This record gives sequence, structure tokens and C-alpha cells, in this order.
Amino acid sequence: MKIGRIMKTVFMTDFLAGLALAIRKIFYSKKTINYPFEKGKISPRFRGEHALRRYPNGEERCIACKLCEAVCPAQAITIESEIRNDGSRKTTRYDIDMLKCIYCGLCEESCPVDAIVQGPNFEFATETREELYYDKKKLLENGDKWETALAENLKADAVFK
Amino acid sequence: MSYLNVLISEVYRIVFLLLPVLVSVALVVWLDRRVWAFVQKRKGPNVVGPFGLLQTLADALKYIFKEIIIPASANKSIFVLAPVVTLTLALIAWAVIPFSNEMVLSNINVGILYLFAISSLSVYGIIMGGWASNSKYPFLGAIRSAAQMVSYEVSIGIIIINVLLCVGSLNLNKIVLAQQNVWFIFPLFPMFVVFFISILAETNRPPFDLPEAESELVAGYQTEYSGMMYAMFWLGEYANILLLCALAAILFLGGWLSPFNFYPFDLLPGIFWMIFKILGLFILVSLVKAIVPRYRFDQLMRLGWKIFLPFSLIYVVLTASFLFFLDILPT
Repeated sequence: MKIGRIMKTVFMTDFLAGLALAIRKIFYSKKTINYPFEKGKISPRFRGEHALRRYPNGEERCIACKLCEAVCPAQAITIESEIRNDGSRKTTRYDIDMLKCIYCGLCEESCPVDAIVQGPNFEFATETREELYYDKKKLLENGDKWETALAENLKADAVFK
Repeated sequence: MSYLNVLISEVYRIVFLLLPVLVSVALVVWLDRRVWAFVQKRKGPNVVGPFGLLQTLADALKYIFKEIIIPASANKSIFVLAPVVTLTLALIAWAVIPFSNEMVLSNINVGILYLFAISSLSVYGIIMGGWASNSKYPFLGAIRSAAQMVSYEVSIGIIIINVLLCVGSLNLNKIVLAQQNVWFIFPLFPMFVVFFISILAETNRPPFDLPEAESELVAGYQTEYSGMMYAMFWLGEYANILLLCALAAILFLGGWLSPFNFYPFDLLPGIFWMIFKILGLFILVSLVKAIVPRYRFDQLMRLGWKIFLPFSLIYVVLTASFLFFLDILPT
């Protein structure tokens, strides 16, 4: 062992330097946040809870093309459709099994009319499994609830699409 | 009737000592977590009560309501006894710690020997817990812990001899009073450093937390424990850390003496300085937790037996000859 190394060990210079660093770091601003009361910023591209959107006149956007059902790698989406009296094709059933879903965002990407989207909400934990089998009603409700945020996020991200 | 009076007054004094100790253990756990978090630029527990001060109380409540699981193959009586032994031993040692000239539960004249005996006994709680669990990890953790505590107790004993050479008494109050002119940390600074590191090893704190090295041994001797029994281990551990911090304060930092013997400083009562010194040492202990990686077991043993033991022995010789040749040996 070299003399310098021995001196370092005996006088614990590394340890003292570490201690000084630790004491200095105590006075730095904190990087964590008080989570339930303040939340971190999330990207407009964030893939959270699903929602089905509507046109401003209240008509559902979804045209039952079933592209999302086809592309879904986890096969979490189930769609049944019918031709309505006015000749347009609409879904009668639109279920997402949120337990199967892997939140990959392919459904959102495949959708030609921006009907199915993944919103910024990630706090939808439930106490039973059944509550996470989302049906069309629940998804449309989500869409109505988050519409402002969803539209904003889509607009912000449109540049990159 | 007089027996009853004595009994009641003693119980009153014991409760008056134990309650503050238990409360301060709870606060100190919070402080430890908070310091650790601050070094890592986190907020730490800050929700329960003002600044999260009641976090430990909330944790303890949670532990009380949790189920106590006793493994089927465990030796039931010893398994249950182990945490009780740990906590009791950690608490009864406080009986001789002087908080000021009169504030000491029992001012026995071999206080330091008593403390040393109790801290040696506390390894039994851990061995009992590890052995009675009848499971691999607790057993390995207990073996490590026993080896570690025995090794470092040797050097702690010799460091205490250093101090006793300068004092000439085993009474803790006399040890404090002997430091009126100069705290022993100044003439015996290397011994203080060795003592501080030995405290870390003795109480299984990082970097010597091998008995509960979670990456190797799950949680060491505590693996099979749950609920209140786990909480008792945990309380005992922190009470032990505080106790050894108090011992270090008494041996090297002048216990309840104020650092300066003149006007604004001698107004504060001794208990304030004692608590202040214990807290300072404890904060140092938790800072160390935040900055050091864990030792390997052979490194730990090497440090204990090959470095600390010969070093403190040499220092005993140096102190003794210094005192002898300058003819200032205490009588």
C-alpha cells in the first residue's frame, strides 16, 4: 500500500468528504412531491385511462371500424356494431377489459376518428375486479368527464402525428 | 406501609424515566427517517401530525393491530420471549444513565460495568429470536449478529478502560464530573472515533447491518417476526442506539456538562445538554446510514479484531504511561 492510501484510510478522508456532501445535500430543495396533494407534470402523450369521445353535437365519434379491436395486442377490446336507421354504423357494445389492457396506446393510434383515446387519468384503482371491466357507458362517461383535457392533449400532440 | 410507599415512589420514578425514553425512541425513529430522506433529497414522512412527528405512533398502531404469526416449526416460548428480552434489556440499561447531577434512577458506583453487562446481554435477544425461528435466514442473521457484537464489544471494553484510566472511578456521574476541565474527546479523540464506529457495529447500523442485510438475509433475525413482536425488536434496536449514543456522550462529550462554564451557557440545566449531545450523536449515526455501503463480513471481522483491538490496546498503554510519567494518575 502506498503512503497516500494509508493516510486516506487512517484519517478517513473519503468518509469525511461523504459526510460533508451528505450534510450539504440536506439543505437542497426536495425532489419528491406530496403526492395526493400535488401531482407531477405528465406529458400530453400520457397513456392513462381510456375514454370514448363525442363530436361537439353529442354524436359518438366511434364508427365501429374495429381497427382498435384488431390491433389490440392484449385482445382487451370487444366491439359489436349495427347499422342505425340513419344509415350510419355505430357500436352497440364497446368493452375494454382494463385488467387485460397493457396501456400500449395502439388503439388510440389506430383510431381514424380519434374516438378511443387514453387520457391523463391514472388514478382509477377499484376495490373489485368487476369495476375494471369497462363498458361503452363507462367509457363515454369518461369521455364527457375528461373532454377538455383530452382535446387539449390531442391538439398539443397533433404536431408530431 | 413504608414498603408500599417506597414501592410507589420507585415505580413513579421508573415510569417517569421509561415514558420519556419510549417517546424519544419514537421521535428518534422519525428523525432517523427524516435525516435519511433529506440527504437523498426526499421529503420523508411528513403527513401524520406536524412535520410527520406522529409517524412512528401511526406505525406502532398499525403493528399492534397486525396479526402475530408464529411459525409452526418455531420454538414457541423462546420465539415469543426474544423480542421481550431485547426490548427489556434495551430499556433497563437506562437506569444508570445520568441526565444531570441528581437526575439518575440509580447512581450505582459500577454504572459503567452495569451498562457493559447489559449491552453484552442484548445479543441474547437476537440469538434467541434467530434460533427459535427455526429457519435459515434468521439463524444466519443471528450467528452474524452474535459474532459481530462479541467482536466489537472487546474493543468497546478496551476503549472504556482508556476513559477509566483518566477518571479512576466506574461511577458514571464521576466520569462526567472528571471532564469538567476538558472533555475526554480531546485527549482521546482516536478512541472516540473507534468508539463511534463500534457503536454502529454494536447496534447493527449501516455500514455494519450485516445481521439484517436485506439483499442477503431478507431481514435477518427478524424475518419470521410480525406485528407487535417485530415492533418490539425495532423499538429495542433504536433504544439501544440511543443508549450507546448516551454512553458516548457520557464517556467523551462530558455528559450533562455544558460546553462552556460561563454565563449564558451555564443557565441551561444539565438535562438539556445531555439530550442535545445524544441527539447530535444520533444525527451523526443516521447521516452515516445515508452515505456508506455495507461491509463484507470478513472485512467487518478484520476491522474489529485486526485494527480496532490492537489500536485501542496500544492507546491504553499510551494513556497509562502518559498518566504515570506525568504523575497525574487519578486516585
